[in-house]
Amino acid sequence: MYFGLTDEQQLIVDTVRSFVENEIYPHEEVVEKTGVVPSEIGQEIKQKCIDIGFYAANLPAEHGGGGLNHLDFTLLERELGRGSLGLTVFFGRPSGILAACEGDQIEHYLAPAIRGEKFDALAMTEPDAGSDVRGMKCSAKQDGDDWVVNGTKHFISHADIADFVIVFVATGEEESDRGSRKKITCFLADRGTPGFEILPGYNSVSHRGYHNCILQFDNCRLPKGNILGELHRGFEVANEWLYATRLTVATMAVGRARRAFELALPHAAERRQFGKQIGKFQGVSFKLADMITEIDAADLLTLSAAWRLDQGLPANREIASAKVYATEMLARVSDEAIQIFGGMGLMDDLPLARIWRDSRVERIWDGTSEIQRHIISRELLRPLGG
Amino acid sequence: MLEIDKLEKILVGLKRVVDYNVRVRVKADASGVETDGVKMSINPFDEIALEEALRIKERGEADEVVVVSMGRTECQQQLRTGLAMGADRAILVESDDEIDSLTGAKILLALVEREHPGLVILGKQAIDNDNNQTGQMLAALWDRPQATFASELTISGDSATVTREVDVGLETIEIDLPAVVTADLRLNEPRYVKLPDIMKAKKKPLDIVPLADLSVAPAPRLTSVEYTAPEQRQKGVIVDDVAGLVAALKEKGLA
Repeated sequence: MYFGLTDEQQLIVDTVRSFVENEIYPHEEVVEKTGVVPSEIGQEIKQKCIDIGFYAANLPAEHGGGGLNHLDFTLLERELGRGSLGLTVFFGRPSGILAACEGDQIEHYLAPAIRGEKFDALAMTEPDAGSDVRGMKCSAKQDGDDWVVNGTKHFISHADIADFVIVFVATGEEESDRGSRKKITCFLADRGTPGFEILPGYNSVSHRGYHNCILQFDNCRLPKGNILGELHRGFEVANEWLYATRLTVATMAVGRARRAFELALPHAAERRQFGKQIGKFQGVSFKLADMITEIDAADLLTLSAAWRLDQGLPANREIASAKVYATEMLARVSDEAIQIFGGMGLMDDLPLARIWRDSRVERIWDGTSEIQRHIISRELLRPLGG
Repeated sequence: MLEIDKLEKILVGLKRVVDYNVRVRVKADASGVETDGVKMSINPFDEIALEEALRIKERGEADEVVVVSMGRTECQQQLRTGLAMGADRAILVESDDEIDSLTGAKILLALVEREHPGLVILGKQAIDNDNNQTGQMLAALWDRPQATFASELTISGDSATVTREVDVGLETIEIDLPAVVTADLRLNEPRYVKLPDIMKAKKKPLDIVPLADLSVAPAPRLTSVEYTAPEQRQKGVIVDDVAGLVAALKEKGLA
């Protein structure tokens, strides 16, 4: 077993870290203050990312993507996680699910997404279907060669800047051993399609400048050629790709926690109270010890889960463990980093208050901590008949 | 009219140094600076030197960029980074011994004699010892012109125009090639490494030459006695007026 990075991995980490420090950090303050990423800044980040060949690093090389495996991509996103999400979203990483594109879809969606010409968003959640995804009400009925979609999606991240949306819709019901359940199909829906509207969402405490949207489908006609994967097999498509997005959440939490720690550590060494450095007080030094231990644990858990995906090993449980642990670790570490700074930690002058606010959503989106624990325990108990 | 050929080859030196972000610590036994488990990088001025060489090549004024380093086997990491930035091939002169400026210059001379580059670009100094010697020594040993502290470099055939950052401002000189140029901070801003180039770097040639093969005998002229951290800066005092300032300076024997 070897825990070091290869030269290539080290270069990926160094390059992305330096990109985040030079191209992302300088814009964070304006995004925090205004809640908006000025479009020229977003475009500049995107163009620079394209220029250095890091755009769509997660997608297959045969279509022009970077072709990184899960482990290398997880290292990349860990460094990206240090920066404000409203800005790093322009360091484009189209949804991995687009690799399921076939035929004309490749030229219409996958290829332009990889080239940075079209931006995607992914829509699953509804007002009445959060963790209970299959309870979705957004549905489609077949009419000739088209499907007519009706319903509402919400909390759809960065749909405001999306050119098309990957949307999951109920397309009928089927009997299963646990009763009747909805059949789900995944569609590709272009912005501007009649009957499809992308509306501003809610103001969130987390991730200012990274907006969520409400999608409305009102008798929106989508041709059957816009089905991603197979009809009624939307969950199969989703399951194949969406576990990886939990790795994204986990690894970005690790990167962000490390940034908070790197602020807290020198402060503990330099700040003097009662005639000595505050790091000399056990109340502070033990916090640092716990913080770095938890950050490293989350880092290793996440990287090993990514490695398992690359090896083709079962990774569902491990990814859930990484997601729940890393996001809860981030909550603790960002909170303690503020505690070490005292009042100053809450001021806008430092990124800590933002990291602390941003951390809250990580335990909710892409599967709540409770759903992750459900996945973990189910995987443990099922083989025992539990 | 004389047909002017472009440079066949540019040689660039890359030194492995403690990363500029790292707060350096003296080893417990005071024998040097701690490098165990410390992030190491290309000396930033060397990175600028490489960037300049790559730009010259990209302008079609040179055919090949060769990066060289000297020291322990770990220096391969910095050479791989150089290859990922765009250098064509790399040479590591391997040695476990400490290499001082003069030995370094002699090693570079041996490589120059093997490779016959039209131009050697080095960093003006390395951020570890800040010696600022190797480039000048190489030029003297090689008996070729030198242009140090370069902030602008243009190649025209068998000569180069170099703007130098000197104490009084900027000085522009013309030198015949081959020559040694050392890079200053403002020469350029090094690029980000491109992802496809990271993947290609592994396949580029990296030759490892044992120091003994170069018939350069390391003859260190310097002996390190002891390393100590600089004293912590004392808190300053605020004086009320100029008279107070003069008095304070006098008290410290500075005026």
